[in-house]
Amino acid sequence: MLLNYIIDIGLFLALLLVHILTLLITVAIFTLAERKILASIQRRTGPHIVGYWGLLQAFADAFKLLGKEIIFPSKANKFLFIIAPIISLSLALIAWTFIPLSTTAVLLQSSYSALIILGLSSLNVYSVILAGWSSNSKYAFLGACRSAAQMVSYEIAITTCLLPVFLLSGSLDLIEIVYAQQKMWYILPLLPISIVYFISIVAETNRTPFDLPEAEAELVAGFNTEYSAITFSLFFLGEYTSILLMSSTFTIFFLGGWIQPFSSSFFEAPLFWFAIKTIFISFLFIFIRGNLPRYRYDQLMFIGWKIFLPLTLAIFFFIATIMYFWGNLPTNTYFYSFNIS
Amino acid sequence: MFLSTIEILLIILICFGFSTLLVIVNYILSSKNNTEEKLSAYECGFEAFSDARKKFDIRFYIVAILFIMFDLEIIFLIPWTVNLSNLSLLAFQTMFIFIFLFFIGFLFEWKEEALDWVAISPQQSNKED
Repeated sequence: MLLNYIIDIGLFLALLLVHILTLLITVAIFTLAERKILASIQRRTGPHIVGYWGLLQAFADAFKLLGKEIIFPSKANKFLFIIAPIISLSLALIAWTFIPLSTTAVLLQSSYSALIILGLSSLNVYSVILAGWSSNSKYAFLGACRSAAQMVSYEIAITTCLLPVFLLSGSLDLIEIVYAQQKMWYILPLLPISIVYFISIVAETNRTPFDLPEAEAELVAGFNTEYSAITFSLFFLGEYTSILLMSSTFTIFFLGGWIQPFSSSFFEAPLFWFAIKTIFISFLFIFIRGNLPRYRYDQLMFIGWKIFLPLTLAIFFFIATIMYFWGNLPTNTYFYSFNIS
Repeated sequence: MFLSTIEILLIILICFGFSTLLVIVNYILSSKNNTEEKLSAYECGFEAFSDARKKFDIRFYIVAILFIMFDLEIIFLIPWTVNLSNLSLLAFQTMFIFIFLFFIGFLFEWKEEALDWVAISPQQSNKED
C-alpha cells in the first residue's frame, strides 16, 4: 500500500518535471517566434546566427543570463526583491497544471479549475507590487503602481467575460466547458464577449497596445527596472508563460479546446487542434504588438471601467434572461454541493 | 492516481523550488564585483534626489477600492450563474434587484468621476482635440 503511494508520487513528480521543462522550452521557442515575427513585420531577418535559422537563440540568451551578475540595489528590501520574480514564474507554472490539453492530458483535474486559474492569474499582481515597492526606485515604483491598477481593472473585465461561458456550459470545470462546445464553439454565440476577452487578456498580461507600465519613453522598464540576470529572466519567463496560459484559456473558453473544426473521425488529434488554436491566439498577441501604437493611460482605464464592464454585464444578463425563460439552460451537479434552495 | 492535498502541495513546492533553484544556480555561477555606484538606484545617471517611497496619486487607491466592490459582486454572480437551471423565479428576480442596486452605485461612481483617470470636463477635452 505504502509502496503504491510512493510509486504514484514518483510518477507524479516525473510528470510534473516533464511538464515544467516542456513549458519552459515552449516559452523559449515562443520568445524566438516573437522576435522572428516582429522582424518580418519590420522587414528584417531577426536572429539567424545561433543554430539553424536562429533556433537556439533563446537558449543562448537564457544561458548568458544565467552567468550574469545579480544586482541587489543597496536600498532595496533584499528578501522581497528576490521573492517577487520567483512568485511571478511559479504562479504561471502552477496555473498551467490545471489546463487540460485533451480529455486525458491534464495534470490536475478539479471541478472548479476555471475559478482556480482566475485566482492564480490574479495573484500575479502581488509579484508586480512587491517588485516595484522593494526595489526602492522611482521608476520601478511608478511602473508597479500603474501595472497593478491596470491588472486589477482588467481582472474584472476578464471575470465578467467568463460569466456567459459558465452560464452556457453550466460548469466551472474546464473539461466540461470544452465538452459543452461539442456542437458549437462559444466564439459564435458570444462573439462580442470573446473580442472583449481577448482585449482584456492582452491588457492583463501588460502586452503592447497596453504596455503602459513599461512605456520605455516614460518609465525606463517599469517595475523590473532594477532587476538583472536571472531575476529579470524570471519575470520575462513569467510574462510569456502567462501569455501562453491566457491564449490557452481563450482556446478553452471560446474556441472549443481540443475539439476539431469539422466532424470527421479521420483526423482526431486533440493535442494537435489544441496546439494550433493556442498558437493562433498567441500569434495574434505578437501580431498586434507589431502593428498597434501604445494606448494612453486614461484611455485604457476608460475602456476598462466604462465600456467593457457595463457592456459585458449587460450582454450577460441579456443571455441569462433568454436562457432562463426559454428553458435551454444546461443542468449540472453543482446544485447539491452548493445547497441552495 | 489520487488527487489530494499532497499533489497540490507538491506542485506548489516544485514550482517554487524550480524558480528558486534557477536563482541559486545564477548566484553560484555569476561574478560578484559590486561597486557603490552599481548598487545605487537607477535614476538617469544622477544620485537619487529623494526616497522612492513617497506620496502617490490617490486614484490608485480608488481603483483598488472599486476593484474590491466589483470583484465581490462578480464572485456573488458565479454560483447564481452556474446554478441558474435549478433556481426558482424568485431567485432569478432577486439577482436582478441586486444588480439594479449595484447599477445605481455604478452610476453614482460615474457621476462622481471616480472612474475617470484624469478629470477633464467636456469643453476642455474638445479643446484638446
